[in-house]
Amino acid sequence: MSAQPVLKMQAWIDGIGFIAPGMPDWAVASAVLRGEQAYASAPSVLPVPTLLPSAERRRASRVIKLALGLGLEAVAHAGADASTLATVFSASGADGHNCHALCEQLATDDRQLSPTRFHNSVHNAAAGYWGIATRCMAPCQVVGAFDASLGAGLLDAMAQVVCTGESVLLVAYDSEYPQPLFAKRDTPDCAGVALVLSAQPSKNAKAEIQLRTTRAPAAAMADVALEQLRQQVPAMRALPFLQRLARGESGSVVLDYLAPQQIELDITPC
Amino acid sequence: MYPLQLSSFTLTTCLGQGLQANREALREERSGLKPCDFESVELETWIGAVDGVDTVQLPAHLGRFDCRNNRLVQMGLQADGFAEQVKRAASRYGADRVGVFLGTSTAGILQTELAYRRRDPETGALPADFDYGGSHNAFSLAAFAREYLGLEGMAMAISTACSSSAKVFAAAARQIALGTIDAAVVGGVDSLCLTTLHGFASLQLTSAQPCRPYDPSRDGLSIGEGAGFALLERAGGAPAGTVMLLGVGESSDAHHMSAPHPQGLGARLAMTAALKAAGLVAADIDYINLHGTATPANDAAEGMAVAAEFGNCVPCNSTKGATGHTLGAAGAIEAVICAMALNDGRLPGSPGTQQLDPEIDLNYAHHGSEAPLKRTLSNSFGFGGSNCSMILGVQA
Repeated sequence: MSAQPVLKMQAWIDGIGFIAPGMPDWAVASAVLRGEQAYASAPSVLPVPTLLPSAERRRASRVIKLALGLGLEAVAHAGADASTLATVFSASGADGHNCHALCEQLATDDRQLSPTRFHNSVHNAAAGYWGIATRCMAPCQVVGAFDASLGAGLLDAMAQVVCTGESVLLVAYDSEYPQPLFAKRDTPDCAGVALVLSAQPSKNAKAEIQLRTTRAPAAAMADVALEQLRQQVPAMRALPFLQRLARGESGSVVLDYLAPQQIELDITPC
Repeated sequence: MYPLQLSSFTLTTCLGQGLQANREALREERSGLKPCDFESVELETWIGAVDGVDTVQLPAHLGRFDCRNNRLVQMGLQADGFAEQVKRAASRYGADRVGVFLGTSTAGILQTELAYRRRDPETGALPADFDYGGSHNAFSLAAFAREYLGLEGMAMAISTACSSSAKVFAAAARQIALGTIDAAVVGGVDSLCLTTLHGFASLQLTSAQPCRPYDPSRDGLSIGEGAGFALLERAGGAPAGTVMLLGVGESSDAHHMSAPHPQGLGARLAMTAALKAAGLVAADIDYINLHGTATPANDAAEGMAVAAEFGNCVPCNSTKGATGHTLGAAGAIEAVICAMALNDGRLPGSPGTQQLDPEIDLNYAHHGSEAPLKRTLSNSFGFGGSNCSMILGVQA
């Protein structure tokens, strides 16, 4: 009854960006994921957003630093031109600290909001700053699916690559809320992964991936602390896949998406 | 990727629940706007509120999703037999072969705003009944709709401010093209909340009067709420007269977080991309439903972009004087207004607009009229410089 996919959801990974607690970039993360370095959790280190003009750089919030840092690392790793790359930003939430400040103020009698706080409250604020800073007029997508946000981002980014034949930068990231929202959504810290995905193999290609949906159970991380990270941060549902990538292993791996749907990736290192 | 058929569609706005109520109001050129009396908000502004949202009851087993926004989702899904059409598609294709792609800007954040007034005086904790994932989170409406409709396929929320529920059509079209799904529920839902009412006021973008799109005296928007949905399926076998999705174009301004590019460069790119996706030229479009928020900057920039792409011949207007600006729901709601115009052979009027700004050189339709429409274009632009244009047509 179900029609089979008519086009393969296939792409080549040209560049990777990564930030998580205790793993400030892809170089450290890949050493940890290869087992060359023990994982030690530590507060996430967020790079200075050098893309932004100095005034905005000082005001940039944690989630903007996270998203811009991830994107820049992946673009540099790929040797890509950020000003022409279509983007897909994928996150469970927007800026949690900004949201808390708005809700706190709206619960008082003085409801006159700061205009900057308001425009920074949109889910696509980090994406907007990226577009302005890179002067990129290509399409920019911003998706979310709560704990399934990584899968939602992968699905649309891969689909864009196949449908347009153009490269796409996927930035999947999540950030923390302060209390009292933290008690209701306990994402512990900022973390995320960025991938530059291309429709054709090039000299920069690190691996070829193919995506399909499945109902098979997701892979877990053998390391207890990394498994905890995988479960705590939606974007870190990518860890089993990133471990294959770091180790240069080929094969398939299932990632958590949206029950009963899961995402299976076939990986072939280049 | 295109065309795809809109095998079913519906909308719920301040003009009423379902196609017929909205059709009649648009025909009478009636505005659904009223002075703001929402919750405890004391702002000199007008709103487009949907009657009856607060009395909607969600099914008991979906109680964790209860909030004004999801009540509006349910109201929207129940209109015009839309939910039944989706269930029929699910039994035809399989529950995991029908995706859900919904746009929103604020989802159920009103629930959080209200919960912040009920914090524990000792600990500051939010009340136990507050469910972040079911109400506040941007995905809450898609999660609720997916469960309400009994679907098991892929789902995502798109949240690019006021272009959100236009962009869902493109995201769904890509997945159908790839064969990962056979059909998709696309749409958008946004509901009134304190963040957007006070937020747009802080930017001095709300008018103290009902909004007047493209009028020389326009001085801001009127915030509305609403729900728009469509069921997208492959074009094969669509009977004559079916409304078809012919193309979607997306672009970014790369200019400013809350102001459009002054010449509307990004807006024009989106329109050009939509025409290209549809394999059409400007002369093929019979009506343009403008973003037309009635802020001075939006209408000036959009007017310039539309004039540059289409000249001053194509009839166009904004229906936000009737519905208010429904933010993340506007793309889907205005797509459905275009679908009704195509079905009825009648373009809608533009309540609130007395005269066209003489600085803007467009064929602005102040009033509705019978017109043999074959293809329409609808614009949706959002904060962060997110632009989307959508072309609908009729199956010959």
